[in-house]
Amino acid sequence: MTFKPLTAGLASVLALSATMALAEKTDLVLGMQLEPPHLDPTSAAAGAIDSVVYSNVFEGLTRFGPDGSVGPGLAQSWDISEDGKTYTFHLAEGVKFHDGTTMDAEDVKFSLDRARAEDSANAQKALFAGIESVEATDPQTVTVMLKNPDGNFLFNMAWGDAVIVAPESIDNIKTTPIGTGAFMFDSWAQGDRIELKKNPEYWGTPAMLDAVTFKFISDPTAAFNAMMAEDLDVFAAFPAPENLPQFDADPRFKVLIGSTEGETILAMNNKMPPLDNVKVREAVAHAINRQDIIDGAMFGYGTPIGTHFAPHHPDYLDLTGLSEYDPEKSKALLAEAGVTTPVKLKMTLPPPSYARRGGEIVAAQLRAVGIEAEIENVEWAQWLETTFRGAHDFGFTIISHTEPLDINIYARPDYYFQYDNPELQKLMEDLSVESDPAKRSEMLKTAQTTIAEDYVNAYLFQLPLHTVAKTGVEGLWINAPTQAADVTGVSWSE
Amino acid sequence: MLRYTLSRLLSLSISLAVASLVIFLVIEILPGDPAVLMLGVNAQEDTLAALRDQLGLNGSMLTRYVDWVGGMLVGDFGTSYTYRTPVADMVGDRLWVSLPLAIYALTLSTVIAFPAGIWAASRRGSAADVGVMGITQLGVAIPNFWFAMLMVVVFAVNLRWFSAGGFPGWDEGFWVSIKALTLPAVALALPQASILARVMRSALVDTLSEDFVRTARAKGLTRSQALWRHALRNALIPVLTIIGMQFAFLLAGGIIIENVFFLPGLGRLIFQAISARDLIVVESVVMLLVFAVVMVNFMVEIAYALVDPRLRRR
Repeated sequence: MTFKPLTAGLASVLALSATMALAEKTDLVLGMQLEPPHLDPTSAAAGAIDSVVYSNVFEGLTRFGPDGSVGPGLAQSWDISEDGKTYTFHLAEGVKFHDGTTMDAEDVKFSLDRARAEDSANAQKALFAGIESVEATDPQTVTVMLKNPDGNFLFNMAWGDAVIVAPESIDNIKTTPIGTGAFMFDSWAQGDRIELKKNPEYWGTPAMLDAVTFKFISDPTAAFNAMMAEDLDVFAAFPAPENLPQFDADPRFKVLIGSTEGETILAMNNKMPPLDNVKVREAVAHAINRQDIIDGAMFGYGTPIGTHFAPHHPDYLDLTGLSEYDPEKSKALLAEAGVTTPVKLKMTLPPPSYARRGGEIVAAQLRAVGIEAEIENVEWAQWLETTFRGAHDFGFTIISHTEPLDINIYARPDYYFQYDNPELQKLMEDLSVESDPAKRSEMLKTAQTTIAEDYVNAYLFQLPLHTVAKTGVEGLWINAPTQAADVTGVSWSE
Repeated sequence: MLRYTLSRLLSLSISLAVASLVIFLVIEILPGDPAVLMLGVNAQEDTLAALRDQLGLNGSMLTRYVDWVGGMLVGDFGTSYTYRTPVADMVGDRLWVSLPLAIYALTLSTVIAFPAGIWAASRRGSAADVGVMGITQLGVAIPNFWFAMLMVVVFAVNLRWFSAGGFPGWDEGFWVSIKALTLPAVALALPQASILARVMRSALVDTLSEDFVRTARAKGLTRSQALWRHALRNALIPVLTIIGMQFAFLLAGGIIIENVFFLPGLGRLIFQAISARDLIVVESVVMLLVFAVVMVNFMVEIAYALVDPRLRRR
């Protein structure tokens, strides 16, 4: 009987402290695997930079929403001329950089001109290649003239590589980023964490959190432990899918399963015999059982794809039927192509677990039809040098193409898988100057079918995005239309 | 003593010169272009060329080697390719984690190993000796990263006494930082303490069977008096050697433990720099570690001379 008041008292103390904690909690500790090398999104490819600063610190003329749509950013509205070559952007009023200077049309002109300059170090310089000139008409208006009409221009301007920076603060942008976002840079303990704090003078909807800490934990086991010990509130892109059921079963946590723009493919060297024969590539495609790979390498997470296109995109076509798992057909195709089995081909595998784990399974499946894939595990630096660039010394490789809407890489004959189809190149050229939505959609569908029927690569699955968060964290992005951990809309629920 | 010190210093300089050459050559043959890695798959050729120029990757091998060594001699370790901050500053920051961690672990290891080793040696063949030997055998056999993960699961995930890792920084307070370093230090110290205790015991056992100890006993000293006054000092040479090696290992070799506890130390800096092909950082940090190891060995050799006067006269 003596227990009763004690437990009741304890419970009320707990309840009290719980409500206090919830009411006061206005900060967030977010874990990520990779640390950004520096904080300038306009001069490096490292996705980790965008993860920290995109939308949080830096903003562009337009911005990606959580669903991948492109909406207004610093440009609140825009007019497009009849011929589709002139974009007039109307900038938001009263926007200030974090150092107190005003953001106006001159800053936009400076940012775009800097990105497309001769000596620019922008990793996505191609985004700006279509710009003819940028004019600051008045402080709130920017006019961009394009060389040709470009249906993708607003989409291009939403990338992290196209954010607006100021000439006053550009020299120190790598260590002290000064943007216009709802959060401002606070401090960086290299190797450990970056801290952002709320921008009290934000021009738009203010952030709900007062402070956000990004912590960098590369080891998957350490990431799991840090979440379990509640050192972190959120882990974006949790690296170990095998641990997700444990979080799911724990009431302290929730697991968000979303999609990325990452088409994970078994890329083939289209110039290397016998892979230069479409029948052989078709045989490879039929030898692969996607579900086994998704189950084995991704613990069941991931959407099968049959072409190089994101399944959540409205123009996506499900073409998985063209490359159904059928080892007998595969063997027949190899015989028809006149290939004497076993064929030996090198398969280079970069570090991510989808590639290393997936590669083992793919190799076993290929062996069953008479293709010996000799696995070579490589580091990123090595992969870039020997597989992606230079000699293209590979037969197969597994890689996730994470850039949004990147089917146009198939129009580049020098691209690493070396697919050379003039018809598709023409189609992509036409697409880049087409701005009628219905026609664009039709063209994108044709492109998807063409590459699927040519079996350029074997299409495996869309890379999933797993976010683990404490129960009570609201407003996180579930999908990753671009690499970003946008925390401007995140809050703690009651 | 002076000649002894000078000859040690000469061999130290030669080691450093050879090491710098080896490090530079190994880094040169490592495949992977830093510029390509930084700018990614969509980079255009002109952008890559502009970046290579900015990084100073275009000079000949000889000029780059001379620049690097010349810079280090005047204390300029270069600027990191990826972080774009001076390497010296980065190393300075990381050293504030790695050095205290190494000292903490070595202190723990010594504090455990000395009493255990002396105790086991003084009761040779007893249950105590067998017990100490058994436990240290286990300590040597258990991989430290596994022990580290076990401690995280018990003390961070289940008991919640410690954080699972990370380092708040010395600005946040001395005890907070010491607390953050405790689990890693224990994980590093356990195998070291086991090795040290075994070396301590066997060195002491050997010394205890020497003639001078028998003489001391014949003079009327008790077993423990003979041990503390005569045997212990003579047993210290092998123990000092091991401590020196362990300190160098702890400073440079904490990579795995730093990864388990995601500590921003030197080991993780090298690890990240290698995969990012931040070659200047790799070169300079490895060189610095070589320097540290050589210096520690130098000090150990000086310490030999202090505990063993015979060496001073050579």
